[in-house]
Amino acid sequence: MSILIDSKTRVIVQGITGNEGLFHTTQMHAYGTNIVGGVTPGKGGEWVLNDKVPVFDSVKLAAEATGANCSVIFVPAKFAPDAMFEAADAGIPLIVCITEGVAVQDMMRVRNYLDQKRVRLIGPNCPGMLTPGQSKVGIIPGNIAIPGNVGVVSRSGTLTYEVLYAMMNLGLGASTCVGIGGDPVNGTNFIDVLEMFQHDVQTEKVVLIGEIGGTDEEKAAEYIAKEMTKPVVAFIAGQTAPPGKRMGHAGAIIEGGAGTAADKVRALEAARVKVARHPEEIAQLLK
Amino acid sequence: MKLHEYQSKYIFSKYGIPIPKGRVAATAEAAKQIAQELGGRVVIKAQVLVGGRGKAGGVKVAKDPAEAEQLATQILSLEIKGLPVRKVLVDEAAAIQTEIYFAITNDRAARRPVMIASAAGGVDIEEVAHTNPEKIIKVHIDPLLGLRDYQTRDIAAGIDLPRELWREFNSIAQALWKVYNENDATLAEINPLIINTSGKLVALDGKMMIDDNALFRHIDLAEIRDIDEEAPAEIEARKYGLSYIKLDGTIGCMVNGAGLAMTTMDIVKLFGGEPANFLDVGGGAGAEKVAAAMKIILTDSNVKAVLFNIFGGITRCDEVARGILAAIDEVKPQVPMIVRLVGTNAEEGRRLLADANMITAETLVDAAQKAVQAANKK
Repeated sequence: MSILIDSKTRVIVQGITGNEGLFHTTQMHAYGTNIVGGVTPGKGGEWVLNDKVPVFDSVKLAAEATGANCSVIFVPAKFAPDAMFEAADAGIPLIVCITEGVAVQDMMRVRNYLDQKRVRLIGPNCPGMLTPGQSKVGIIPGNIAIPGNVGVVSRSGTLTYEVLYAMMNLGLGASTCVGIGGDPVNGTNFIDVLEMFQHDVQTEKVVLIGEIGGTDEEKAAEYIAKEMTKPVVAFIAGQTAPPGKRMGHAGAIIEGGAGTAADKVRALEAARVKVARHPEEIAQLLK
Repeated sequence: MKLHEYQSKYIFSKYGIPIPKGRVAATAEAAKQIAQELGGRVVIKAQVLVGGRGKAGGVKVAKDPAEAEQLATQILSLEIKGLPVRKVLVDEAAAIQTEIYFAITNDRAARRPVMIASAAGGVDIEEVAHTNPEKIIKVHIDPLLGLRDYQTRDIAAGIDLPRELWREFNSIAQALWKVYNENDATLAEINPLIINTSGKLVALDGKMMIDDNALFRHIDLAEIRDIDEEAPAEIEARKYGLSYIKLDGTIGCMVNGAGLAMTTMDIVKLFGGEPANFLDVGGGAGAEKVAAAMKIILTDSNVKAVLFNIFGGITRCDEVARGILAAIDEVKPQVPMIVRLVGTNAEEGRRLLADANMITAETLVDAAQKAVQAANKK
């Protein structure tokens, strides 16, 4: 078992004929992801990947024709909110938005709308998900992780790769890796994913990768202390980040003194979470 | 992106929020001229994009145009938190009866905008929030419904605003919501919103921050960005789509991804070094971007070593290696370079760099230790 995605997940790609979209569709398909179609308005009827994957004009048409139950979004930031609304209105239950740089007020509207529809959104500004050996939805390189029993949830991108890679080098595999994204307003938070890992029979241990800004890690610590029986190892990026500076991720802003790395480490350690000092140590602490 | 007080108040007034009469001046003579036009007492306010300007002597009251000129001269020679004062706002002085704090910002935990008001305006609102949280009224706004009139009445009642001002307060609150909403602000703040001695509400001060990710639909706002207030290297970085922040250490860092960039800084520190900067070259960094990044890092004369940490996913390590080589060719750096390439096309990348006299590392720990060692040797 895994969480959210497996080999049966039927995936469509929004923005499939764009540069990024096409590149990563090729990668996902090569990995074994069940890519059933794509959407680019105005290019319905075309085919990509040597005529293996059909392109539709809308998510609704793609969903009707393919029975897709997951959509991954690779459209530019100014069109991404519309893409998320469209996927939700077409009845797609799981939306993964890779796009970086979506305006925060747009995200507040998207999130409040999607909550009413009970749609699960991962991202935006995230690397997506990987269930090693079965399916990858997003941009996580497939060759840096092996199947296993460690659930990984992260707010970061390349830092997550670093951790998966260090785990693989020690022979440790992942059940599913979920990149929830670094934006201040996103679709899925740590607690949502921790809860899924807690109930997933394959997952025996969990890695949480956080960073400065917001209070999601603190809330996750509360949840871990109260609800989780599986051991959790964590890492928090941004110990040396100067306060009040924007560090590329909109989320990485220290707000009103709360959300510093030290606060987060303290909260997690109080919940009996082992906190690593650097990414390679995470893998060692899992042993 | 932060806006100056005069820019924020100009936007407020366009939406119908009452502000004092006044104009911005870049010279003391111009300040005197404005004071003459306004007549009576005026306030001279430094326009810098940092807080605490009052305490730094950047806000003064003048009784006549001559004093306005004299005070403007003083304030225009100030440096507040490292930023020289280049402009002053000259406003007619207000007769204050009551000061109110009033703002809208994003509440990321609630995933909604929140309107915040307090009768304890004018003073340090964060202190009030800390010591007397009950004095702060917060009302969340549904982004799909907008601000409703009943909500502004709840706020007015919550801060004990006299009933005869509720209607006027509602129109200011609705205007502030529009300011926030239509300009993609992450903050629209009036501190203080005053009741003057004639019983009218006036926004004496204004502060706005605009979401950089939304500037594509606010070309007019993007154009008024005050680049005088930013470090030149940070402006240069933005041109290339790089995210760069200068710090005080000696080890320059170039990394792909914000989380990994912060982690690289942390691990440098963990092994006894001090990072000279945060630099995220972003995903899919091509050779040109990498070269620009290296040039920016090396403009900082504190840099004694440069650490490259690239985890290739979308970013291809051979591309990055070519960028490094091109930059070395152009900049001819005199400091040691430590490179760690992992992931997509890493071997090809390492092969390209083998001849360039660079120190290579396998793991992150190894890379950080080598960088610290190299920086200390110099």
